[in-house]
Amino acid sequence: MPNPAAATMAVSHAKRRSGARMARILPYLLSLPALLTCIGILVPFFSAVYYALQRYNLAFPAGRKFIWLDNFVQLFLSGEFWHTITISLLYTALTVGLEMLLGLAIALLLWRRSFVTNLLSVALILPLMVAPEIASLMWKLMTNANFGILSYFVSVIGIHDFRWASAPQSALFTVVLVDMWVYTPFISILLLAGLRGLPRQPFEAAELDGVPTSFVFFRIMLPMLLPYMLTAGLFRMLDSIQQFDIIYAMTQGGPGNTLMVFQIQAYLQAFTFTNIGRASAILVVLWAITFALSKVFMKNWLRLRERAHGLA
Amino acid sequence: MQGKSVLRAVSLVLIGLFFLFPLFWVFLMSFMTNADILRNPPSVIFSPTLHNYGALISGNLGTVVGTQKIDYMLNLFNSFVLSSGSVILSLILGVPAAYAFARFKFRLGEDMAFTLLSFRFAPPLLVLLPLLIYFQQMGLYDTYFGLIWVYQLITLPLVLWIVRGYFEDVSEDIELAYRLDGHSWLQTFLRISIPLARPGIAAAALLSFIFAWNNFIFALILGSSSVQPVTVGALAFITASGIEYGQIAAALVLSIVPTLILALFTQRYLVEGLSLGAIKG
Repeated sequence: MPNPAAATMAVSHAKRRSGARMARILPYLLSLPALLTCIGILVPFFSAVYYALQRYNLAFPAGRKFIWLDNFVQLFLSGEFWHTITISLLYTALTVGLEMLLGLAIALLLWRRSFVTNLLSVALILPLMVAPEIASLMWKLMTNANFGILSYFVSVIGIHDFRWASAPQSALFTVVLVDMWVYTPFISILLLAGLRGLPRQPFEAAELDGVPTSFVFFRIMLPMLLPYMLTAGLFRMLDSIQQFDIIYAMTQGGPGNTLMVFQIQAYLQAFTFTNIGRASAILVVLWAITFALSKVFMKNWLRLRERAHGLA
Repeated sequence: MQGKSVLRAVSLVLIGLFFLFPLFWVFLMSFMTNADILRNPPSVIFSPTLHNYGALISGNLGTVVGTQKIDYMLNLFNSFVLSSGSVILSLILGVPAAYAFARFKFRLGEDMAFTLLSFRFAPPLLVLLPLLIYFQQMGLYDTYFGLIWVYQLITLPLVLWIVRGYFEDVSEDIELAYRLDGHSWLQTFLRISIPLARPGIAAAALLSFIFAWNNFIFALILGSSSVQPVTVGALAFITASGIEYGQIAAALVLSIVPTLILALFTQRYLVEGLSLGAIKG
């Protein structure tokens, strides 16, 4: 009677023993190709750090030499680099701050489901799917001094000769506006998902007790939404401080050096001045900043992920 | 109460206008002649022409000084090759790795998953500058293969993290039952695990296609016009002097339409995809 079962047991036992060794190497085997691809990408990363410690200009190959931290010292002694740091941080603060506010407002408006809000939440996806660089070109067409529709609109309301991205006074405003067009939907979609995932009970209880709306908003909803806002905000911060596409397409860092953010400055150093050493040094500084930010981000994101799994 | 709902309606309209008007206007422009575009005041009433698209397809573009040859269709083709190539490679590399991360708790796995994710956060130029130097030495500069390899920076983390989540949801009991029936590990993986995670794999594939399509800086630096995608091609377009504005608008529309269509299919997955690896740019 127990024979067939025992036989199966024996077979599966033998299989499991030979499978045990397999099981130990299997994960490595499966992830090896992805790992190798990673290594292929890690190598240039270390090369960049290595270049940053050298005097390395493609125009003077003979002068290539190891100079330790000289590139960094020179960077931090130049006013130009401080301008780069200031404008990058300003750009980041403005885009993330404004997108956060507008994104939250939109998410709140779309919270209640109706035909219009459903339609609008689908429409919001569209700008998000446009390449940031293509979006910039669209805005460039719309802000053209000769035929741009937006130039026409501002002239109608009495602001003549508003030169958008080509005037130093309004260049930052213009690229921030484009950035907001491209990325605000990202924040609102994320926050909307967060809002719709919130438990109902606290809100129902608050309503029953006649708690004022402002109290519900600041003391119940915002704290519950905070992890989502942190995730979205940090994501955007990491993107914003590295912004290249939008600014490159709109002004290439100009007019003058108005919008010389980190990556544009590095691009200029590398491709216009062929100064690989200095370009790498700029990028290493940027990397250090993003690395610190991403550490904070990962911690938050993991907590959110765990929580989502716990609820599911 | 009345005032509040009016305010709400007005805000909804303004939001709709801000996010949709640019797309709408550029779309209209792509059917206008230069004279229509330059008309002051601008008007939405004009007789639409397909001339701009025709010029793009034929490659003979109208400028103020006559025609100029720009092969924008090649850029469009390059975009398709680069994006689909990257997605296919990412699936081949990423799906088995995602399974390993989901099923087996191994230390290297966690470390690797995070290393991959943190690539997402490194400044692209930091990797691209040395790569440019290596690619020129290795003969990978200006090749599809070289670019597709670098595009893994965008697509691989996306595939890995999305698909991993789906594998985690596949019940181990089902896999075990199939294996006890005498099937090998590989058969189980191919016949049970992958089909069950298919929605996740599809979502990851569509999203990474979109993100690869929208990338700009990689091909700007690692390729010349023969392999460059629409994002880079369109910029050359706008800086080339004197090209008719309607043709620029038509070029932009052509570069957007494929991803917009895909987006309508990916809606459902967008939230998790974006929050896992929002790799725009």
